[in-house]
Amino acid sequence: MDLSAINPVLLIASLMVAATPLLLAAIGELVVEKAGVLNLGVEGMMIVGAISGFAISVETGSPFLGLIAAIIGGALLSLLFAFLTQFALANQVASGLALTLFGLGLSALMGQSYVGIKPPAMAKLDLPVISDIPVIGPILFSHDPVLYIGIALCAAVWAFLKFSRGGLVLRAVGESHDAAHALGYNVIRVRILAIMFGGACAGLGGAYISLIRVPQWTEGMTAGIGWIALALVVFASWKPWRVLLGAYLFGGINVLQLNLQAAGIAIPVEYLAMSPYLITILVLVIMSADKSRAPASLGRTFHASQ
Amino acid sequence: MKFTKLLTSAAVALGLATTAMAADKTKVGFVYVGPVGDGGWTYEHDQGRKAVVEAFGDAVETTYVENVPEGADAERVITQMALQGADLIFTTSFGYMDPTINVAKKFPKVKFEHATGYKTADNVSVYSARFYEGRAVQGHIAGKMTKSNVVGYIASFPIPEVIRGINSAYIHAKKVNPDVQFKIIWAYTWFDPAKEADAAKALIEQGADVILQHTDSTAPQAAAQAAGNVITFGQASDMGEYAPFPRVSSIIDNWAPYYVARTKAVMDGTWESVNTWDGIGAGMVGIGEISDAVPADVKAEALALKDALADGSYHAFTGPLNKQDGSAWLADGETADDGTLAGMNFYVEGIDAEIPN
Repeated sequence: MDLSAINPVLLIASLMVAATPLLLAAIGELVVEKAGVLNLGVEGMMIVGAISGFAISVETGSPFLGLIAAIIGGALLSLLFAFLTQFALANQVASGLALTLFGLGLSALMGQSYVGIKPPAMAKLDLPVISDIPVIGPILFSHDPVLYIGIALCAAVWAFLKFSRGGLVLRAVGESHDAAHALGYNVIRVRILAIMFGGACAGLGGAYISLIRVPQWTEGMTAGIGWIALALVVFASWKPWRVLLGAYLFGGINVLQLNLQAAGIAIPVEYLAMSPYLITILVLVIMSADKSRAPASLGRTFHASQ
Repeated sequence: MKFTKLLTSAAVALGLATTAMAADKTKVGFVYVGPVGDGGWTYEHDQGRKAVVEAFGDAVETTYVENVPEGADAERVITQMALQGADLIFTTSFGYMDPTINVAKKFPKVKFEHATGYKTADNVSVYSARFYEGRAVQGHIAGKMTKSNVVGYIASFPIPEVIRGINSAYIHAKKVNPDVQFKIIWAYTWFDPAKEADAAKALIEQGADVILQHTDSTAPQAAAQAAGNVITFGQASDMGEYAPFPRVSSIIDNWAPYYVARTKAVMDGTWESVNTWDGIGAGMVGIGEISDAVPADVKAEALALKDALADGSYHAFTGPLNKQDGSAWLADGETADDGTLAGMNFYVEGIDAEIPN
């Protein structure tokens, strides 16, 4: 065992990268669920975002256009879900699962000619002097911009839900769509906007994997992160800062356990491999002892006539 | 009345015709653990499937299911294939072993071929490639090329096939570089690009300048490329898009000849349960082109090693070799028998790590 081989600064820097796709997808899904919609299609929207972003950035040579394409791609796919559940009044669970299956298939089709291609690199934040500060520089000031967007988004969602009128309406729709409707709010419109926001965030999260974290296109490359994001929202009791904490815990312990393995630590590998799941759930479950609960209308279909 | 009769006979004729057609065509099913576009393991199996289509044209009908999880789901998928009239089913991952055996019991007329396993039955063959021969060549190059003397190894699951690969690579790296050290990460997945990339990064951050992988995606190649001074090897497939650097060589699985031969055997009615384990010599394991990033003398040595493995004059596990705990395994000049290799569950002496149970 040689723990000195682990560089804590590099470790923290890479755990932030590992946590970002999860954070983006989960924060989007949090808003969707706060509006009372359960979208199980996160995985599908992520993978479509991953290939949309990848394809566009390869074609245009610009990673930023790629990210925008990923946002649009994810949002477009989520519109399909919005149509099915808000207008056709389809079951949300079934529609969400279908969206994931559809997204995985569609992305495989779209990505056929992009296997083995290298995307243009995303520039990292490089501030003179500040990025070179020992310890703090590599951890805080030398990442790609999307990582900061993830954290900013988390803060923005928190502030929006807590302080703004729009956030109050969104929460009202999620708690009791009948009451919100009676007050004259357009439940369907609020929900569609929330679903699109969720799709956009998932798409961005997917593109983060294909453009920055891995970076390459491989079929099925999100490999279940969308599902972990869904679980994370529940265990974080629908609270943005807990989503951030959970994502960093999960990403962090995942990276840490790989590092510990490489350093040859004497803990059996099986325990290390399951530790990210165990510890994240444990911490968040303990924190959720404050009786927070799901939005009351979560997963229920709304129609103005009912 | 007449009209009804006509319809009925037409229907019967149609039915007969379809049955006749179905009987003509040999149906071959493939169960894949990853997507066909993984650029590695599953990609090569699918190349094998395409070779079958090319060889027999309209006489065969192939189907495949991708991303089938190992375990209970696999049993459902294999059963479904058998129910749909498959004559021959290839199950292409170690974890499909028990599901394959279970389904085979229910469908005695269907022939099954399970890759990399060890359980056979009257209608179940097993086949695998001696990847460890390729690992020997990799280990040689890795030992010669590493400057930090740290070789990172991304392992998947602690099964004999993976352990054999680690041992073979280590033995041959150690032979040319006594100071070499292996750092091993168990990813517990065959395919998860993000995790594989994270594992590669962790190894690189801890000083590895050679990354060997036993997972299926090209993500570690991309991570090595980003690091800049790290070399890698293609796994299962050539991964040539990362050549000449970081990918300096590769192990290529060539399943096509085997798949064609086995399909032919089913067509001719000569199929019987066999246990195939072929290596470089038989062409089932290929060594991808060694790129110019490798010095000419190292390349020549690696190719000589490859030839010796191919013609059988050298065995990748030749004594004197001790087990990790220091106990004697192979005496000087003795070579490992297939039984020990097939069930290998120990590291050789010198590897500083433990195998998960």
